[in-house]
Order: sequence, then C-alpha cells, then structure tokens
Amino acid sequence: MKQFCTSMLKSPSGVIGLIILLLAISVAVFGPLLFPNSPWRMVQRPFLPPFTLSTVPLGTDALGRDVFAGMIFGARVSLLVGLVSTLAALVVGVPIGAMAGYFGGKVDDALMRFTEFFQTIPSFALAIVLVAILQPSIYSIVASIAVVSWPPVARLVRGEVLSLRTREYVQAAVVTGQSNSWIILREILPNALSPVIVLASLMVATAILLESSLSFLGLGDPNLISWGYMVGAGRTVIRQAWWITVFPGVAILICVLGLNLIGEGLNDALNPRLSREGR
Amino acid sequence: MSKRVLLGLLLACGLTASALAQEPKTGGVINAVIQPEPPGLMLAMIQNGPTQMVSGNIFEGLLRYSPKLEPQPELAESWSISEDAKTYTFKLRKDVTWHDGKPFTAADVLFSIEMLKQTHARARANLVQVDKIEAPDDYTVVFTLKQPFGPFLGIFEVGSMPMVPKHLYEGTDWKTNPYNNAPVGTGPFMFKEWQKGSFIRLVKNPNYYEKGKPYIDEIYWQIIPDAAARSVAYETGKVDVLPGGSVENFDVPRLSKLKDTCVTGAGWEFFSPLAWLWLNNRQGPLADKRVRQAIMYAIDRDFAKDVIWNGLGKVATGPSASTIKYYTDDVPKYPYDPAKAKALLKEAGYKGEKIRLLLLAYGETWQRWGEAVKQNLMDVGMNIETISTDVAGGNQKIGDWDFDIAFTYLYQYGDPALGVGRNYVSSNIAKGQVFNNAEGYTNPEIDKLFADGAVATPDSKRKEIYDKAQKILVEDVPVAWLLELQFPTITRCKVKNLITTGIGVNDGFKDAWLEK
Repeated sequence: MKQFCTSMLKSPSGVIGLIILLLAISVAVFGPLLFPNSPWRMVQRPFLPPFTLSTVPLGTDALGRDVFAGMIFGARVSLLVGLVSTLAALVVGVPIGAMAGYFGGKVDDALMRFTEFFQTIPSFALAIVLVAILQPSIYSIVASIAVVSWPPVARLVRGEVLSLRTREYVQAAVVTGQSNSWIILREILPNALSPVIVLASLMVATAILLESSLSFLGLGDPNLISWGYMVGAGRTVIRQAWWITVFPGVAILICVLGLNLIGEGLNDALNPRLSREGR
Repeated sequence: MSKRVLLGLLLACGLTASALAQEPKTGGVINAVIQPEPPGLMLAMIQNGPTQMVSGNIFEGLLRYSPKLEPQPELAESWSISEDAKTYTFKLRKDVTWHDGKPFTAADVLFSIEMLKQTHARARANLVQVDKIEAPDDYTVVFTLKQPFGPFLGIFEVGSMPMVPKHLYEGTDWKTNPYNNAPVGTGPFMFKEWQKGSFIRLVKNPNYYEKGKPYIDEIYWQIIPDAAARSVAYETGKVDVLPGGSVENFDVPRLSKLKDTCVTGAGWEFFSPLAWLWLNNRQGPLADKRVRQAIMYAIDRDFAKDVIWNGLGKVATGPSASTIKYYTDDVPKYPYDPAKAKALLKEAGYKGEKIRLLLLAYGETWQRWGEAVKQNLMDVGMNIETISTDVAGGNQKIGDWDFDIAFTYLYQYGDPALGVGRNYVSSNIAKGQVFNNAEGYTNPEIDKLFADGAVATPDSKRKEIYDKAQKILVEDVPVAWLLELQFPTITRCKVKNLITTGIGVNDGFKDAWLEK
C-alpha cells in the first residue's frame, strides 16, 4: 500500500488528477453549505454577463439564475451520478466476468453472449432509450448508465480470471477443497483488481460525460441541476450569452480530465513493472 | 429587451398603417419558412398548423375574419339571418372558378360540408346545431339550425370549413384521391410543386376572381428542420417571412433588430392561443379552491411574459383571451403576491404534500417556463416535483388524470361557445381524452351558463351570460391561466399587407405585395 502511494505520488499526472478530483469533491460536499441558495432561484436580471456583480460572479442564465450556484450544485449531481453508476456497473460486471472466467464452458458461453448482446447496441443510444422509457429521473439515469457500462468490466474481469485460474496458487486452493466462491472472492479477485480500478476511474469520467450528454439532450432529472443540463439549456442562446454554456462546459472538461489523469496515475502505480520498463 | 420588441410591434403597426396608404405593386417572389413540414396539403382531411398555413392560400372558405373577428365576404359575397336566428342564407360569388377552370357553385358547398363531417372533427362539432343545408339555386346556400346558435357565423374560416371541388372528389376514395397531393382550390395561389424536405412552391392564380389580386407571382415555402438554421436563413436573406413560432423566442429580439425587419404579433386573433396550467380538481391539496387561488397568486406571470416570452403576449385574466368575443376583464384579479399565496395555503391547511408538475414537451421555452413556475410555487412553500415526458406521454398522463399540475395551451376559435366552454362544462369530462375538461371541474351553474350562452339571442344576452360565467370561473380557478400567447411573425419590411385577417399568414398572401 505504501509502495502504491509513493508511486502514485511520483506520477505527476496522478497528482494533478487527484488534486482536481479532491477539489471537485470538496466543492460538491461543502459548496452547497456555503451557498445555500437554490440554483433554480431567479436572483438577478436574465443574461447578466459574468464578473459584473460580485453576488453573481459568473453571471446569470436565461431566467436570471445564478450560474455560479448552478456550477456548485451541478458538481454534486455530476460526481454522484458518476460514482454511483460506476459502482452499480461494477456490482453487475465483476461477478458476471468472474463467473464466466472461472467456470468456463457453457457458463462462459452463456454469460459472454449475454454481455455481447449489450455490447452490440451503441451504448449512448441504449442509454437514451432507457431513460426515455423509464422517465427521466436521477434513478433512471444512474440505472441506464450502469446498464450500458458494465459489459467492458465483465469482459476485463473474465480475461483476468481466465489467466489467473490456471496459476498454481489457485490450483492449490482447488486441491485443498476450498469452495468456488471462496476461491473467486479470496484468491482470484484481489489479484484481478488493479486493472479494474484503473478501468473504474475512467468509467467515472465516462459516466459524468454520459450524464452530461443525457442532460444536454433534455433527458436529465428535471428536479436536479447538473453541468450537462446547464450546457444544454444555454446552448440555444450561445450567441447572446456564451457564459451560460462555457463555465459548466469547462467544469465538465476539467473534471473528466482529472479522472483520466488519475486513471493514468493508477495505471502507473498499480503496474510498477510497466511504468519502470516502459518509460 | 421586452421594450425593444414592443417598440418593434409599434413600429410594425405603424408601418402596416402607412403601407395601406401605398398603391400595391404587382410581381415578385416571396420565400417563407414553413415549420414543420406539413404531413399533407389536403386541408379538408389534414388540419395541422403548417397545413393550414400553406393550404389556406390554396383553398378558401365562405367567409374571412377581420382581426376583430367580424365576418367578411370571401366565397360568399353576402349573407342574411332570419328573424328567429335559425336560418342563415349565403349568396355565393358568381365569378369563382376552381384552379382547373370549372365553376364553383352551391353544389360544391353542399359536397364539401358532407365530406368535412366525415373528415374534420372540429367541423363536425361546429355543425352539430345544423338541421339541414339546402341549395335553392346554384349560388345560394341555406343553413337551417335546430335552435339559434350564437357563434354560427364564426365557423366558416378556411381552416374550419375549406371548400373542396365536388367534381374531383365525388365518388372517389377521398383518402387515395390523387388530388390530395396536388390540391385544387379556388384560392389566390395554385399548387405547383412540392420537393419533400426542401420546399413547397405555389404560383399565382391568374384567373382569380378579385381582379388584380394576388400581387405576388410565386411563394416558396422553405422547409428547414433546425431552429437555428431557420434564423440563419432569415439573416442571410434566404427567406423573407418567418411565421409565428418558426424561430425560438430568444432569437426574436435579435432578429427584430436586423435592418429592414418588421415584427408583428397580429394574425392570431382567431386562434387566440391561451396558456394555462391544468389543476387536477379531483384529489389532494388542489381539490381545495384556496390552494388553487394560491397558485394564481404565487406565479409571477409578468416575469414569464417579459423574460420567457421576451415581452410578447399578455397576462391572462381568465378563461377567455382578450381577443375573443364576450371577453371581460371585470373579474377577480390575481396579481403576483407570494405573501397572499402563503396565507391562503396556510388557511387551506396545506402541509407540504408533494405536488407533481407535468411539463409540456414543446421545446426550450416551455422547459424554461416549467422551471420558473416550479420555483415560484416552491417559493411559497409548495413541494413540487417536475415530471418531464414527451408530447404523447404528456397527453396520456393528462387524459388519464394522472397529474396534479400540467402545462398546456389551447386555441379558442373566437367564441366562448367554440373554444372556451369545452374546458369547463362537466359533460366534457371524459377519461382518455386531452383537450376537454381534463381538470375535472364540475359546477352545475357553469354548465347551465355555457349551455344557455351557446344558443342565446341576441348578442347582448350572450354577453351577459358569459360575463357571469367568467366571473364564477375566475373565482373558482379550475385551471391557472397564465398568458395569452403571441407568436410574432417576422418579415422583411418590403413584404406589405401580409397580415390583414384574424388568421394572419394562413390566408395572408391574398393581399400581400412586395415593395421593389
């Protein structure tokens, strides 16, 4: 663990990513406490440019709502959706991949055909259809992002498990009569985890992008403000008021970039051999 | 910004007034936007907005309507009403021919009405009071009513009762008649070609009965699916006419400021679209009149008008738009007053029960409006959850009464008996349908007033009845009226006299001309 931390901190991209993520998380957690005004409240005249009034530093949108407040509350929704939907995707994808890889044969065939069924449908199109059918809400959005993002996890875990299950220590566990679930959970999965963690960090980024895209198309939760919603709502007035779209757009960019940097840093840290030899 | 639009409107009004003084010039081509592409042009069978807009210049009705909704001659040159208000006699023009040269006669009128009764839901409803229709000679049509029906003279507009050529449709299968794709009417313009997804081209009817008209040689209705591209098409000069609703509201101020651009909100008087919130009177907190009144006080409707609709439209005072007959503003008023709303909610014992707000999926403007209304209601302590869905899903929820508050807007067709009563009388509560009394309001007195109002004579008596009905409704707040909507028509100023009637662009090219 200590080694992991030091190598993580040695990778500059990982550090930058971590700083960005910590910043975003602290904004999401503490921001609304510091700025308790609802981002939906119409506080000033509409289309107020940024940096003109200190009370609304980033200006106001088409209804006179504070863009800055929207950014802060949007951070909460974007990060929450990113994390929860990634967790949900892992909860589905890891067991399926592990079982397919461990048991092989017909179980593998069945599970992988099932996975491929989801992979053949373009993920964003499927997410749109799911949200449209289930009615847009934070739950349906998290669910549909999870549904479209678990197949890669399953494929990755299966591959790892396939290679690990032929190792001696696994065979030893089989010989000593350990139960299948014990072997998967205690022997194989911990060793298959590092690529999954890297993938998960990238999945959070993808999930944030997916949520933003859905909100952009007007399929966001109408009761919650998110960065994607802000970009989508401001898009049509971009010629009159650039700031409504640009600030949340930059927020999405930075946040996703940060997560990608973390993914890279994790990759380096968790594959010390790769990082030492490859660079 | 709103001031600028108002200024634009004033300017536009001034310009039309001065245009009237000028001598119309003949010739020229006009490019107009049609949005969305109409599903077809056979007005007797399809009544979508865009169909009415294009085909209203190909077909004609017996009457036209001024912006004040007074009937004016079109195919009928004069009409008379019997003493008992049950017999209406129309004298037709004798010099009218169809685009293919055949004369237009009373036989066409009788045939059209028979056809419309089967193909046109609103025409069928409008004709319920008609007992029989006869044609004593080729140029006279006599309608005999079962009982006097006040709004009868208001049902002859081209979109409500278009005249169809009997010689081309009689005995054929109407749905597959080849003339549906190349409609033949009596109007000032003839159908020429339709390149799907690109444009519809109409050309001048050289044998039009009003000599000298139309002034324009050709109309190209350009089909441009993207709202931003429509604005750009106007800016680059590809089109000269943007009919109401064809660009987003927030583009209107920008386009209005362009050189040689005239904007007007006129031309929607016949339709008088009125926006309101359905309030489900059946259940929950909204069953209490005081909660419904609180909603009226809580919503900042001036803000909606100035910010969301860019200053266009008018705050509604009640169930009738101010542009239709028998409108009165002598009703209880609901100014924006959050304190009063809070007090009313408290009095009604509202304790933060969740209330669902269903949005209207007609695009950006309605989305923003939903957010603003939600915020208004939350500010006075109501617990609002927004539901967004597509148009069909929204209709279904309203039809199934599965809503607490829902956005809508409806046309009023000039007369309370045609377009207002339908939303408040208890006989019009029918599950599964949308534009009836979806709020579930029942009041025997209102039922009686609207029943009497439709058949009362003379006009002063009708006015008395509808005044009373409006007062009762505004006091009861069965739905929360928001705005009388105005869809601005944006034109190049060289396009003159386009909007002269209560249906605006829909039959406007008859009088329009181009300044060179």
